[in-house]
Amino acid sequence: MTTVLETRGLLKRFGGITPTNDVSIQVEKGARRALIGPNGAGKTTLINLLTGVLEPTAGSIWLDGADITQLAPHQRVRRGVVRTFQINQLFGELTPLQSLALSVSAHLGISAQWWRRLGADARVAPRCDTLLKQFHLDDVADQKVALLAYGKRRLLEIATALACEPRVLLLDEPVAGVPEGERQEIFDIINALPADVSVLLIEHDMDLVFNFAKSVTVLVNGAVFAEGDVQTISNDPRVKAVYLGESAEGHAHG
Amino acid sequence: MSAPSSAADFQSALLRKARWHPLEFVAWAVAFALPLVMPSHSLLVNEIAIVALFAMSLDLILGYTGIVSLGHAAFFGFGAYAAALFAKLVMPDPWVGMGVAIALAALLGAITSVLILRGTDLTRLMVTLGVASILYELANKLDWLTGGADGLQGVVMGPLLTPFGRFDFDIAGRVAYAYTLFVLIVCLLIGRRLVHSPFGYSLQALRDNRLRAASIGLSVNARLVAVYTIAAAIAGAAGALLAQTSGFSSLDVFDFHRSAEVLLVLVIGGTGYLYGGIFGAIVFKLLHDLVSAWTPQYWNFWLGVFLVVLVLVGRDKLTKPWTWWKRS
Repeated sequence: MTTVLETRGLLKRFGGITPTNDVSIQVEKGARRALIGPNGAGKTTLINLLTGVLEPTAGSIWLDGADITQLAPHQRVRRGVVRTFQINQLFGELTPLQSLALSVSAHLGISAQWWRRLGADARVAPRCDTLLKQFHLDDVADQKVALLAYGKRRLLEIATALACEPRVLLLDEPVAGVPEGERQEIFDIINALPADVSVLLIEHDMDLVFNFAKSVTVLVNGAVFAEGDVQTISNDPRVKAVYLGESAEGHAHG
Repeated sequence: MSAPSSAADFQSALLRKARWHPLEFVAWAVAFALPLVMPSHSLLVNEIAIVALFAMSLDLILGYTGIVSLGHAAFFGFGAYAAALFAKLVMPDPWVGMGVAIALAALLGAITSVLILRGTDLTRLMVTLGVASILYELANKLDWLTGGADGLQGVVMGPLLTPFGRFDFDIAGRVAYAYTLFVLIVCLLIGRRLVHSPFGYSLQALRDNRLRAASIGLSVNARLVAVYTIAAAIAGAAGALLAQTSGFSSLDVFDFHRSAEVLLVLVIGGTGYLYGGIFGAIVFKLLHDLVSAWTPQYWNFWLGVFLVVLVLVGRDKLTKPWTWWKRS
């Protein structure tokens, strides 16, 4: 398997706290990897480092064998590293249709065009159409995002990331706050992504993790605690002790 | 109305927003006809159009991009002095002077845009205020060039060359008005193109959420530099119009009250739809004209009353009198 995304000795310090401590992971092409760990293990910090929202104190990040540690967040997105946020980050004054049309335009490299109207490019609307229907947003496509119900906004959060056609998709608790019944649907869409897209998932709901992921990385106190396929990790007594023992609490958060 | 259901429907829904409203054509026809209907008011209407253009440029950065500025007069004033000096020292042609003023204001905008990339709204208020103050003092001190506190005198504009013939700027201001309105409508056309394009929507995106804007691959800083430069260029055009149609430029073009006034005008008219600056300018200037004719000393008092009422009641409600006695 070819490695797409890799970190080498990644370290992040905030004063006396080390949320990411010497993390070296390899995400292969087409991976369905879950990133789990107790609260405060540094999962979101790791995503922030991978996407360039935070700068690492030490270590490096590699994409397709190229060092991207110094690249700005938007440059990484253009290379295919796309994320969703644990807390919705949306464009409140735009409509879902406009948000997606802009994201699709950005992916097509025409987001700086000022002489053509948004949507004038024939490739934009069909892609929006697919995404809006996939995520059941077609009936609210023309409403202001800020006025949408939470569930719809959560769906838009993920749809916006998919509009960027990720090669590596980082999902930070994608179904947080989504009613039980609709969670599987979101995962079905994620599962249906092309086989060469790598997915790194942060999730507290162990049923979803074990259903979705093929491999698991366990973070504890900022460091990689264990790594392996789903079977190995779910049977690892050490992992059970540090994490699965707290899964009741984890469920409450998810 | 049923929800759109195919790609073609979604495309037309996207494109619909950029379409002209029939009322817009009517409004512009009326605007061009005004000097014919009431020729004695050409100067006032000219002044309104200049303020409208200035406020429209602020709308691009404030309404669409969410950048607050208390020093937008820096670009207005820079355009005014550039046009006046160009006419006085190089050549009196208004079109060329306009082009030069726009280019110089854009350059100033591009340079000073670095200052608004970082920091918060509060630091941006300070920095923009500072830039305008610096230019004010420069214009004051360089009196050999700018005439200092006396203003730049002796600016003689050449005739306006158009496909319809040569027109000299007249005392009544009719040529001035037609010229200003032409520049205003050209800038509005460009502005409309801009805000309905992917570029325009990306400005709104980074106003709403910079973190997400970067996360869909938009270069936030490049957009900020671009829109600040464009807004500066349009503000410069407004300043150049003032200098060219009045044949004069004074320190007051850089003054703080001008930056504050354009902010008021935009707030009165509403941000984020380009016409806000135009409506705001009409209301503000007419109010100014009427109230100061009635009670010259207390114009500011009545302006204050108007603003308080506007904010308390809300623009929507204020412009729809038929809803005043309805319970919401």
